[in-house]
Amino acid sequence: MAITCPYRPSHADPIAHVEISVCEQRLLENMEGGVAYENDLNLKATELRLGLPGTDCTKEEQAVSGARNNKRPLKETSEECRAKGKSDAPHDDQGTATAPKAQIVGWPPIRSYRKNNLQPKKAEAEAAAGMYVKVSMDGAPYLRKIDLKVYNGYPELLKALENMFKLTIGEYSEREGYKGSEYAPTYEDKDGDLMLVGDVPWDMFLSSCKKLRIMKGSEARGLGCGCETDLDFLMQHVSTCSGINRFIAYEKYVTFQSDLDVQEMSSMIF
Amino acid sequence: MITNKKPRSSDTDSNYMRDDRTEMSEDDDRSPPSDSITNDSCPTRNCTPGSGSGSSSIPEYLAPYPDQVLENVLENVLWFLTSRKDRNAASLVCRSWYRVEALTRSDLFIGNCYAVSPKRATSRFSRIRSVTLKGKPRFADFNLMPPNWGAHFAPWVSAMAKAYPWLEKVHLKRMSVTDDDLALLAESFSGFKELVLVCCDGFGTSGLAVVASRCRQLKVLDLIESEVSDDEVDWISFFPDTETCLESLIFDCVDCPIDFDALERLVARSPSLKKLRLNRSISIGQLYHLMVRAPQLTHLGTGSFSPSEDVAHVEQEPDYVSAFAACKSLVCLSGFREIIPDYLPAIYPICSNLTSLNFSYANISAEQVKPIISNCHKLQIFWVLDSICDEGLQAVAATCKELRELRVFPIEAREDIEGPVSEVGLQAISEGCRKLQSILYFCQRMTNAAVIAMSKNCPDLVVFRLCIMGRHRPDDVTGEPMDEGFGAIVMNCKKLTRLAVSGLLTDRAFAYIGKYGKIVRTLSVAFAGDSDMGLKYVLEGCPRLQKLEIRDSPFGDAALLSGLHHYYNMRFLWMSTCKLSRQGCQQIAQALPRLVVEVIKHEDNVDMEEVVDTLYMYRSLEGPREDVPQFVSILEDRHMKEGALMWKTDISARCWTTIRSVCIVNVRWVINAKYAQHMHGPYTFSGNVVVQVHVGDPLAHRVGFHWMRIPILKDMYGSDHISILVLLELISLMVKAKLIVKVGSDCAFE
Repeated sequence: MAITCPYRPSHADPIAHVEISVCEQRLLENMEGGVAYENDLNLKATELRLGLPGTDCTKEEQAVSGARNNKRPLKETSEECRAKGKSDAPHDDQGTATAPKAQIVGWPPIRSYRKNNLQPKKAEAEAAAGMYVKVSMDGAPYLRKIDLKVYNGYPELLKALENMFKLTIGEYSEREGYKGSEYAPTYEDKDGDLMLVGDVPWDMFLSSCKKLRIMKGSEARGLGCGCETDLDFLMQHVSTCSGINRFIAYEKYVTFQSDLDVQEMSSMIF
Repeated sequence: MITNKKPRSSDTDSNYMRDDRTEMSEDDDRSPPSDSITNDSCPTRNCTPGSGSGSSSIPEYLAPYPDQVLENVLENVLWFLTSRKDRNAASLVCRSWYRVEALTRSDLFIGNCYAVSPKRATSRFSRIRSVTLKGKPRFADFNLMPPNWGAHFAPWVSAMAKAYPWLEKVHLKRMSVTDDDLALLAESFSGFKELVLVCCDGFGTSGLAVVASRCRQLKVLDLIESEVSDDEVDWISFFPDTETCLESLIFDCVDCPIDFDALERLVARSPSLKKLRLNRSISIGQLYHLMVRAPQLTHLGTGSFSPSEDVAHVEQEPDYVSAFAACKSLVCLSGFREIIPDYLPAIYPICSNLTSLNFSYANISAEQVKPIISNCHKLQIFWVLDSICDEGLQAVAATCKELRELRVFPIEAREDIEGPVSEVGLQAISEGCRKLQSILYFCQRMTNAAVIAMSKNCPDLVVFRLCIMGRHRPDDVTGEPMDEGFGAIVMNCKKLTRLAVSGLLTDRAFAYIGKYGKIVRTLSVAFAGDSDMGLKYVLEGCPRLQKLEIRDSPFGDAALLSGLHHYYNMRFLWMSTCKLSRQGCQQIAQALPRLVVEVIKHEDNVDMEEVVDTLYMYRSLEGPREDVPQFVSILEDRHMKEGALMWKTDISARCWTTIRSVCIVNVRWVINAKYAQHMHGPYTFSGNVVVQVHVGDPLAHRVGFHWMRIPILKDMYGSDHISILVLLELISLMVKAKLIVKVGSDCAFE
């Protein structure tokens, strides 16, 4: 029963959180030598193994340590967070040199925090011209920032998001939202509504988008275009929502199909 | 019997640049300044001296036996021992001293979080009030280590939550801390007072919110150069509504907007607040309001030092000068994150009081800095950007005669540009600031002459870090390597303990370091040297070397092997992009079982198995760590894996100078199943113990393995079971007395 941070934003992936607890448990277990030993004196039991994880260890431990890697994004991405969208990925040292001399990783030895916070005047000027919005992804602990002005349209923006978060978003269709992956890019507009990226023309999107959020999992799947979806899809959406979202989904549903068995629906909601 | 008394509470570090202080404070010598002893810690003893026949018998107490009296005396004496080095030495005297030292230690310092396990630390020391933990090696700051390498705070905080409910202070450097870790910390320690996170990552403002709201006794919350993610939680408003105990609130690295009203109210209800360092979301107008509320501040980080965008410039601006003038105690100034130099004159009133000034985020010119610096007669610490040019440094040299520490950072961290500072600035500083102790200087060009001048003019130098940003750049005037300059530094600066070299350097420079750098503890090398000899000179010549970090230098296996006699005395060795092979590293692992030898693969180098991209190795009592990511492989002694048991003991590093290592081999038939489950506890042995002893001869550079069988008869208490500690003490005595002379190959184990 791990103590957890109560103030984490609600869209943080609960699965990622469980991973930590499991890891922590494993660490504790291992510390206490808690791998069970039998009572009789058998050699294997008394032998302290010095093997690397993955050789003698159980597969489970491997999976856990592997899963743990997925939890946090790459360091370079977190620094891009600081660089306000400049693609100054420090790991790109192998020959992608735009400067006259190829940039070497970690040289000169200045901490990236200092490097990225050092030319505020320039950054300010660019910020004034650019349109920076925050991008959050469900399950990722770091927020990112991108400059929407840099992109000419949705395809470019989506490609950039895919590159940034190392995932595929899939194809947009008006009817069904983003098919082909478990991620869906959404945004919050001026009125605070959650919209699917691509629903409105690009210019309107530029002027109204306040922040981006890449949703994951079933919540993403359910975010279609609203009431034009068929019954099963909507039922599924309703069942995955909770609280107020469920109610809103139900409302949308009721206005669309008035001859439904209300009883059946309400049993799902309440 | 040790009476149950409250351990002393630890102090807050009153130095300004905390991360600098930890960089300067190495393992041994520097101990935190101690509190004055409170009344609690020296109660009058309720026991009578041992020689008494007329013991005034208080009904509750039994009359103590003589040894116990000595232990009581010892306990009282050991309270006064603050230096870690002294404490470690005291703990080796005998078991009694070991035990009492462990009971009286209140500050735990662990320089490498993987050198001991949380369990071991908490078992040995039961009354800790303050914990300092360091995780990743320094080169991780420069992206030389892939993320998710480790150094997780989680297992530590879990163990401490159970073991140290009265914990007051946690100081972490380069550790991965999650929001849940912070939540656990806030929940577990009701009297928690100080949290200092330097160069940490993995947490966000939601973690800070928990700490703010639950730690009611919080005095210090310092976040220094850490990566804090924006969870969109306004953590400032989570501090309780009542008056707070806050003395220090440092959050200049937290790049998230703050609710200013909440901050203002917080400052207003924190009468003890002395140190406040704001982030750059705070405009100069907001700064004004805060300064008016808190004129008692001694340390101030000014935030952006420019107006916010939506302030109409026609409005009358507040009187910044008077606000600064009112802060009569201000001695340390930093911030200036987005400075508009027009506002600089506001700080004139306090310049003459300043002992520490940090302009390292302020892009200001020589002309702009001169009027400021010419008043800073008391300045001891100065961090600045090279935008002030050599001319600005000359102004510093002219005025700041008390300067102890100077750091000059580059505005543009690139190799192929002209660069505004050079040997001229360094020469000027060396002539003007004779009391200089620590310097970090980034430049594009340098000469031996200037470095030699500094070595002669500044004999008090303890830290000399020169970074000539152009790789392999020779002396700008003579075209020669920079060997003579660095040679002069180690030769003339007799107090030098930390050195970072750069520019074109041959093996000769390292020969100098090996010959003269006898107290050097930390050495950073990049793009330097010609051959293995360079590293050999250093490993053979610098007996105090503890931290060695090398990148992109042509040192290979032979050089690595020449340090076998010394690696147990070091905290770590880092070598990346050198000429090491897996085989060479394997040899080290084989020879030194108590060393954890990590080989880290670079992402793009999946094929070449034999070439080692990065070697990171460190002594550890725990063996390979459990939380190894997949890009790290830990090399181990193959022989040890087959049927051998690695022992974990509390022998401190000092013992290693007598015995290289001790591994108990094939003791399975001695230990019965009951002990097998308690791998971390104090073991006992009986019967015959077969021991593998590694001994090394530093002069001959040989490492040998000796087998010996030690029959355990009886220990001093008449028991025929002895503990591992006693066993090792025994062996150490035998080695010293030269009783171990014969190499035995006739050991009876199978």
